[in-house]
Amino acid sequence: MISRRNFIKLSGGALAIGTLAGCAGGTSRSGAGGKVVVVGGGPGGATAAKYLRMTDPSIEVTLIEANPRYYTCFMSNEVLGGERTLDSLTFGYDGLRRHGVRVVHDTVTQIDPASRKIMTKSGQTFAYDRAIVSPGIDFKWGAIEGHSAELAENTIPHAWKAGAQTVALHKQLLDMKNGGTVVIATPAGAFRCPPGPYERASLIAQYLKRHKPKSKLIIMDSSDKFSKQGLFMAGWKKHYGYGTDNSLIEWVSAAQGGKVEGVDGKAMTVQGTVDKVKADVINIIPPQKAGKIAFDASLTDGDWCPVNKKTFESKKHTGIHVLGDASNSAGMPKSGYSANVQAKVCAMAVADLLAGREPGFPSYMNTCYSVVAKDHGISVSIVYTFDEANNQIAAVKGAGGVTPADASAEALRREAHYAHGWFANITNDIFG
Amino acid sequence: MGSITLFKKMVFAGGLALSGVAWATTPSAIMLANTCAACHGTAGSSVAQIPSLAGAPAEYFVESMKAFKSGERKATVMDRVAKGYSDKEIALMGDYFAQQKQIPMKQGFDQAKAGHGKRLHDKFCEKCHEDGGRKPDQGGVLAGQSMTYLSFSMADFLSGERAMDKDMKKKVDEMFKSNDKSSVDALINFYGSQQ
Repeated sequence: MISRRNFIKLSGGALAIGTLAGCAGGTSRSGAGGKVVVVGGGPGGATAAKYLRMTDPSIEVTLIEANPRYYTCFMSNEVLGGERTLDSLTFGYDGLRRHGVRVVHDTVTQIDPASRKIMTKSGQTFAYDRAIVSPGIDFKWGAIEGHSAELAENTIPHAWKAGAQTVALHKQLLDMKNGGTVVIATPAGAFRCPPGPYERASLIAQYLKRHKPKSKLIIMDSSDKFSKQGLFMAGWKKHYGYGTDNSLIEWVSAAQGGKVEGVDGKAMTVQGTVDKVKADVINIIPPQKAGKIAFDASLTDGDWCPVNKKTFESKKHTGIHVLGDASNSAGMPKSGYSANVQAKVCAMAVADLLAGREPGFPSYMNTCYSVVAKDHGISVSIVYTFDEANNQIAAVKGAGGVTPADASAEALRREAHYAHGWFANITNDIFG
Repeated sequence: MGSITLFKKMVFAGGLALSGVAWATTPSAIMLANTCAACHGTAGSSVAQIPSLAGAPAEYFVESMKAFKSGERKATVMDRVAKGYSDKEIALMGDYFAQQKQIPMKQGFDQAKAGHGKRLHDKFCEKCHEDGGRKPDQGGVLAGQSMTYLSFSMADFLSGERAMDKDMKKKVDEMFKSNDKSSVDALINFYGSQQ
């Protein structure tokens, strides 16, 4: 083991060499395989760090993440419905350490693309040959009148980043009376996990059906259509009386006044474009943008970060790659699977670039499972290729799509099993 | 790391096999295979429910993907996925997974059923699924495979949803002459017990 003091000396020395090499033109590198600093330890960042080490063990990889544990957003709707514990969504970073990733728990405050240095809150500086930034999402507070981070913290949880927020919303559901009203407000614009709000509605409805059957859940939607809509609605009809007078779920589209414009945490009301709705539990999923560091490091154009789709290198700053929810990877949804796959494409490209090779031709894929009820899973699965001429990620024609509308009950039961198998495998692929 | 060396060898072999133009627009075997890992496990060894691909013979992988692609073999997701890949890409993935060492799935099983299953396996299955189903022969690797997946597969074989080849059909019929339907569950527990 290297002592902490020696380690600082060692890394300080390497840093100095890195700076000199940078002055010489930026193509030389310190170390045999170069230095990569990964910012953010979610599905994107953690996968990138691990796969970089797997692809080329001579690359020094440092992952900087504020929190010692990560709570996956995927499957957190099962926590809300009481199907699983938060513990089962909790992952640490020892797996990455076993792959030789240096994990630092700190907050990145600044990225300087000119000197290729990353600064942290605790005052550390990290030199890099290439940086990978995967900060996930941040919320656009103020888009809804009366809404704020404080309100979400105390009264109206978003639960769109898992952890304490998931627990808070679950507790509100447990405390709610039988006959209460739950409102889920979906965000406008591009957001993390497009089918997520509807899976959430499904699993909360399942909880209500079992424990508080006089209650009701209203989806206030910012849009007129949504991911896997036909499949969700068929599932809601089958399990939750959707379309009848006794439906547990009511969906209010944007055209019907579903877009939430205001919220009152004291009166517990949400203001749609037509009606004001009073509720016992309100879950506003706020509109989203790239994580804060992406803005601080000038990696954004609008809400997201433009990138070269072959390498995920930022179009704003060379030497910095951005992937996952924060990147503008139009074509692929903002999902854990997308981030996981983009991270591998990016890791291989970074390894190639560090070795002076042309990055290989990429391949991407996304499969999102949603659990509608016990033994009822549905999915969307798309294979993507790289459209070199337009530098776009394009779905392969004639392939992919959603669960067929006429899928048998047995097929849906299998999809629910596979949804849980997917969770075990993707989290092991990311953190294991 | 052994897998890295293997990867380099494979890239080299792939480079020789493909023309310059194809090389530029066909992803490498590992680039393609990496996209499968979120469902099928890192390097094709699944840790839960979904089948492992590691160690499966390339021919079996290719045949399965083509059957998914044509609709001949029914699936929940894989029929949609398989259509996204060219024959060349499927062949690359098949070679990659064939060269990965399968890590047996850690899963719960019934010891008594597994014991019964072993006797059934030795009598009816070992000839084709050699070494207790460890050796990939006619099909994929059965030992250490997801029991969930094996139970789905056997249900499909027995219902006729998925076609059994002649030898398998003969042996399964033979098994049912002297054993009831629970023998399938016993076999699955035997394969799952090998960890």
